[in-house]
Amino acid sequence: MINWKVILTIAKTHLLSKLKQTSVAALGVTFGIGAYITLVCFMTGLNKMLDGLILNQTPHIHIYNEIEPSKKQPIAFYEEAKNSFKVVHSLKPKQSQKKIHNALPIVKYLNKDKRVKGAIAQIKAQIFYIAGSIELGGNLTGIQTLEEARLFNFQNYIVKGSHEDLDKIDNGILIGSGVANKMSLDVGDRVQISTIKGDVFPLKIVGIYQSGLADLDAVQSFANIKTVQRILGEAENYITDINVKLFDIENALDMAQEIENQFELKAIDIKTANAQFETGTAIRNLITYAVSITLLIVAGFGIYNILNMFIYEKMNDIAILKATGFSGKDVQYIFMSQALIIGVVGGVLGLLIGFGLTNLISKLPFETEALPTIKTYPVNFDPWFYVIGITFALISTFFAGYLPSKKAKRIDPVKIIRGQ
Amino acid sequence: MSIVLKTKNINKYFKKPVLFHVLKDINISIKKGEFTSIMGKSGCGKSTLLYILSTMDTNYEGQLYLNNELITGQTQNKLSYLRNKHIGFVFQFHYLLSEFSVLENVMLPAKKLGEKSFEEIENDAINKLRILDIENLASKKASRISGGEKQRVAIARALINSPSIIMGDEPTGNLDSYNSENVFKIFKQLCIEQGLSLLIVTHDEDFANRTDRIITMSDGEIISQ
Repeated sequence: MINWKVILTIAKTHLLSKLKQTSVAALGVTFGIGAYITLVCFMTGLNKMLDGLILNQTPHIHIYNEIEPSKKQPIAFYEEAKNSFKVVHSLKPKQSQKKIHNALPIVKYLNKDKRVKGAIAQIKAQIFYIAGSIELGGNLTGIQTLEEARLFNFQNYIVKGSHEDLDKIDNGILIGSGVANKMSLDVGDRVQISTIKGDVFPLKIVGIYQSGLADLDAVQSFANIKTVQRILGEAENYITDINVKLFDIENALDMAQEIENQFELKAIDIKTANAQFETGTAIRNLITYAVSITLLIVAGFGIYNILNMFIYEKMNDIAILKATGFSGKDVQYIFMSQALIIGVVGGVLGLLIGFGLTNLISKLPFETEALPTIKTYPVNFDPWFYVIGITFALISTFFAGYLPSKKAKRIDPVKIIRGQ
Repeated sequence: MSIVLKTKNINKYFKKPVLFHVLKDINISIKKGEFTSIMGKSGCGKSTLLYILSTMDTNYEGQLYLNNELITGQTQNKLSYLRNKHIGFVFQFHYLLSEFSVLENVMLPAKKLGEKSFEEIENDAINKLRILDIENLASKKASRISGGEKQRVAIARALINSPSIIMGDEPTGNLDSYNSENVFKIFKQLCIEQGLSLLIVTHDEDFANRTDRIITMSDGEIISQ
């Protein structure tokens, strides 16, 4: 028979009578949880941004036609040399085209797959930007603008002008910020480009693209897929690359292999292409959690200490309570509830402090050349962190309170009363 | 008359620092409404006996009966309940919860028992304080009242659950003669007016001589009762 009302009244009176110590204990939790929330929100925000920088604009599967030597050379088909040791000199890549054979049906087929969020075609072409007598080497990519924006956040990298204009204006081009700087070009200007074959085309600049990777920005430009086909003098089925975005990135490896086997094309999945990002993210998360848990454990020891002290100070009270009919369990619950009250109050305050700090951080200006679309520090406001924070506060205070309260439960009232 | 408290062959040993036979074959019984005192020299085992009788000390041999119910071997929780309901305690030092008010101190055991509503308990507590003539202290903090007053508050607390017996371990040992006299009068009055059983360990011969019955102990044995 446990009378919680009485137990909580006693716990409350004890805590209020030692307000200073109680506050110190609660502040330990508050700082622990506050620091945890701030750290984890900020770090994961940063992680997400860094991952996003690469992963959002990288296709989960990139399909193209690799120029490479045949895996099985003609000599292998020659029956009479079957059991001989064969040496082939001056191996050359297989004669093939850059374009993907039957690309449009493949795109259609991929878009029907349930795992696929979207598959879009691209054309990559080598070009020259012409400025008077100077020719600058560069890449022109033909894209389906609106689809690129939907699947790969293309719009985030347009610093001037708009990606929608590219879709509307025929003969439009989005040029890299590096190219624009070198050639002193701006939105609305015209730029002449020349293909490898030597044909020259004037294009109108509708926007400036900045990925944050300087080397890329100094060469890369985008135009509508049809514009590029026209520049290259190719048919409408001329497509060199297919980019696929999946719903679940985990399927990338399996699907890439399926595609390679089915279509005899090269298909690279994102994990193979960007293995180092996964590692970086994992390690950053590990550090964040290690630091946060350390903070919370330190707070837990603070509570443990203060409760231990409480119990030494309250020996007489414990003896009286036991003599007047409170059981060991009752006494244990009194101290446990004290610990948990400290945990709840400290934890909730910690969440508020964490929320305040992360809000403040998310409003601090953070401008860097490399990240054109980011104006303030990135913060991840995931409500789960708050759930984890308060849960951890309760668990750590529970354990910090459990051991001292166990001791209080075992105190022999006779020893205390006779010891006076 | 019915018997409130009875022991059968209680023996107790202290194992540390050396084996020591503290209580030897204690057989006593306390009747309802009896005012009994236990006397004896320091170290004769009278306090040890009292704590066994109070159910707080369970490390003994023999049997203890409270209201003809065997107490020996009951679980700690059950013992706590029995202590709460049937036994009132008054110690030599005024054990009050210093952060609570006088009224709250008196009410606490009744709240723990949980048989009455808050209003009834409060009413009872004020009544007990009135009987002991300290009604005016009700709202004061327990740490702010004098020694004699504290002892009366402790008596009020012992009375709150209308126990079968009140036990005291030298309840007047720390009081001046005026307050001692006061406490004795209160005990006597409770005994006569409410038919309460009292079992008081004391050094004070004057106090003992005025009780109904004296149990004298020496070296762990009862030599007269």
